[in-house]
Amino acid sequence: MTQGKYEMVVGLEVHVQLKTRSKAFCGCSTRFGDPPNTNTCPICLALPGALPVLNEKAVELAARAALALGCTLHPVSVFARKNYFYPDLPKGYQISQFDKPLATAGSVKVDVGDGEKSIGVTRVHMEEDAGKSLHDRYPSATAIDLNRAGVPLIEIVSEPDMRSSKEAGAYLRTLRQILQYLAVSDVSMEEGSLRVDANVSARPVGQKELGTKTEMKNMNSFSGVERALEYEFARQCALLDRGEQVSQQTLLWDAAKGEARVSRTKEGSHDYRYFPEPDLLPLVLHSEWLAGIKASVPELPADRKKRFTDEYKLGNEDIEKLTALPLLSDYFEAAARISGEPKGAANWVMGDVQAAINASGVPISEFRVRPADLGQLIKLVADGLVSRSAAKVIFGQMVETGKPAAQIAHDLSLVQVGDDGAITGWIDEVLAEHPEEAKRYLAGEKKLQGVLVGFVMKKSAGKADPKRVNQLLTSRAGAG
Amino acid sequence: MTFPDFSRLSATALAAKVDGGNVSPLDSINASLARAREAGAGRESLNLILWSNEQLARRDAASLAEGMNRAGKGGRLAGIPIAVKDNLATLGLPTTCASKILAGYVSPYEATAVARLREEGAIVVAKTNMDEFAMGSSTENSAYGPARNPIDLRRVPGGSSGGSAGAVAAGIVPLALGSETGGSVRQPAAFCGVVGVKPTYGRVSRFGLVAFASSLDQIGPIARNVDDAALALEIISGVDPNDSTCSSRKVDTYRDEFLPLATSAEPLDGMTIGVPEEYFPEMLDPGIRALCERSIDLLKSLGAKVVDVKMPNTALAIPVYYIIAPAEASSNLARFDGVRYGARAETAALRDMYAETRSKGFGDEVTRRILLGTYVLSAGYYDAYYRKAQSVRGLITRDFRDAFGRGIDALFTPTTPTTAFAIGALTDPYEMYMSDIFTVTANLAGVPAMSLPIGRVGGLPVGGQIIASHFCESTMFRVAYALEAALGGEAHQ
Repeated sequence: MTQGKYEMVVGLEVHVQLKTRSKAFCGCSTRFGDPPNTNTCPICLALPGALPVLNEKAVELAARAALALGCTLHPVSVFARKNYFYPDLPKGYQISQFDKPLATAGSVKVDVGDGEKSIGVTRVHMEEDAGKSLHDRYPSATAIDLNRAGVPLIEIVSEPDMRSSKEAGAYLRTLRQILQYLAVSDVSMEEGSLRVDANVSARPVGQKELGTKTEMKNMNSFSGVERALEYEFARQCALLDRGEQVSQQTLLWDAAKGEARVSRTKEGSHDYRYFPEPDLLPLVLHSEWLAGIKASVPELPADRKKRFTDEYKLGNEDIEKLTALPLLSDYFEAAARISGEPKGAANWVMGDVQAAINASGVPISEFRVRPADLGQLIKLVADGLVSRSAAKVIFGQMVETGKPAAQIAHDLSLVQVGDDGAITGWIDEVLAEHPEEAKRYLAGEKKLQGVLVGFVMKKSAGKADPKRVNQLLTSRAGAG
Repeated sequence: MTFPDFSRLSATALAAKVDGGNVSPLDSINASLARAREAGAGRESLNLILWSNEQLARRDAASLAEGMNRAGKGGRLAGIPIAVKDNLATLGLPTTCASKILAGYVSPYEATAVARLREEGAIVVAKTNMDEFAMGSSTENSAYGPARNPIDLRRVPGGSSGGSAGAVAAGIVPLALGSETGGSVRQPAAFCGVVGVKPTYGRVSRFGLVAFASSLDQIGPIARNVDDAALALEIISGVDPNDSTCSSRKVDTYRDEFLPLATSAEPLDGMTIGVPEEYFPEMLDPGIRALCERSIDLLKSLGAKVVDVKMPNTALAIPVYYIIAPAEASSNLARFDGVRYGARAETAALRDMYAETRSKGFGDEVTRRILLGTYVLSAGYYDAYYRKAQSVRGLITRDFRDAFGRGIDALFTPTTPTTAFAIGALTDPYEMYMSDIFTVTANLAGVPAMSLPIGRVGGLPVGGQIIASHFCESTMFRVAYALEAALGGEAHQ
């Protein structure tokens, strides 16, 4: 294999389900997992005489996504019919956009370790999802579930700007993160709310023209996309090495076998007979409406990372983890602000908080310990009122009871004693009880400090502020 | 029968009788049902009516009577029996578009236009025969056999709304709904000697109208006089959240504008009516030409200024129509695939199921148009056919804008080049297509147009067409109402 002679060229088509309550062209629910065909009506069943009416919320989410991807939103775009027969496509056509899409010419910045690179976004257009064909429900028949038919989608088409599977993976992860921040989609490949088709070709290094591409479908994870690209690139390189041609075709990825099979050749390709959808007026976006959408675009991951770095002085690794998910990063930021301890907040969020959330299985929005409560706990530690070990106990109680940190600390008598009188008393007692160690320590044997602090802590039942214990002991030794 | 003059009563007069308590809704419905039997409206004779359910109609009449008792009054169409073209979704009766592929299909929802008529007290007594999926001009392309013209049983009633026009002409109902894509209300209205209206595109909601060519389709009323047609249009017009192409423009009160003119000597004073020469070609039946000329003289005598006008792109309308309409139809009819409803051929493989279901389910004309439409939308042909047709459609629209922009209020033309032809006479599809030559332009341009009876040639009715500018139905009705009055009863003789 001489893959080194060739360069991989990848362009991706990503379908994203928009998180609307109702479908793109009717009032049916978009809920996932309901009994088959319960979320249907004359419109999404394509009964004779039914007409589509555009869901404005879908336009809003699509426009927000297009703006966040740096696209130019077109004041007028046109819906078009994409005609083909399939049992789960009720109308015999999909309402999509063709030559006048919602938005064009955006970009996504990715970094795979060798500097930032911009991947072009050719277009973002709106369309509707098809239903589902269930081939495993009945032994000799295919069942059709039209709950998904008419769910709003955007298709995000990239330029062929990616040069490795790693870049493709980075593009997808960045895209997913942006969409998560925008709250426009669940972006779950598992539930099918994000789907990826990959166009891949190989060309000799240094050659300008693109090679013949193939289209890879049916990947069900980002790592699956990367594996499929590697597989297909290797296959194409081998063909080229042997002096053979790559033929234009569609391939289906089989994740279990780690290989792809041909689903359609160029000769068998569809003629979709696109034409403007006469049942819908052109989609006109008024400038005032657009201004409102622009204002609704939240801080995006890249900006947030930069701001967290500047404001909270955290390391790269922490920043990546803390900004991975928008709600988690909101949570961190609230806790950091309330406690005034960004580093402490970062450690708590990445450690105990995430572990507790993972263990309980609840989404962060429903997690019992609200960021303000966590901020208070961090503040108690910073102020020396509870010890780090006590804080862990208190946090555990907060998760269970939802009570505020201060109350739990009080109820469990975990408030540290910082009072010099009490600590001096415990030190006196310890020194009296351990005369041999006391003598050696006071004589200058500093390594005994830890042992003595431990005795004092034990005597205080963990309540003494260890910092103050250390200070008082040291001053005793210095005086001796 | 409770009242022998039922078949001559206008919808407004009958509704007034019902509302005034002189005639019960049930009497009215019974009279209609009796007249249908007497006229032989069913399959065995005129074949105007595909589906009816007397029990259901009587039940509707009874519940209307109850509602009227409670409210103390009925609607503007209280107790009016109506016939509805079989491509409009109705509750209770099948909606088959006169196609085998929808045999037995009953819609779970109702078309907006039908629901609005019901809200005013109308009762659906029949679903009427039509050319399959509204593709045709004679109501011969029906899976249930050709309909006959009640004026002359050997002749077609026109189409595709032939059943609806025939039912009104036969005195079975005073009011019916048809649909237009290229003249399917006006042409049968002309052939049957009744009034038929094609509203401005977007004036009436298409929700529940089984789509043929979405950018051309409109529902329109058919009645025995202009007043009834105007009332029906007022009722069915107006914004509908279920149809994005339906206009939110306020609906004019057409009747308030023309009824006061009844006593005026020159009701068209100040109006300019254009007569486009392209609508009077050599092939025009001389009898029709003569009747048109007489109507033009009458328009002048009513105070209108009549001017010649040029509509230079008229000849392009038929070729443009037969690209755009089949293109949209090929897509609109894709949903009849045997998967969810209607007929399904039992075959092993999916592709065979599609092929057989559709080959057996659709008639020849529908198949021809689906093939034509699929072809013109195909990669490599789209620009040469569909795109070009759309731009020529723009030229045809411009002809109308130019005319109406130059101070012309309405156009007067014949509705059809011939009177009703004999059943089976037109075997060449192209010949059949030419019978829409004067009507198809209004659909392409989206302007309102109507046909009203202007006399008879050889005993067969002739229609005159009045075309107005977008959303100027008021102007159109004003001209039609004045002309109808001036013609007196003679147009119907």
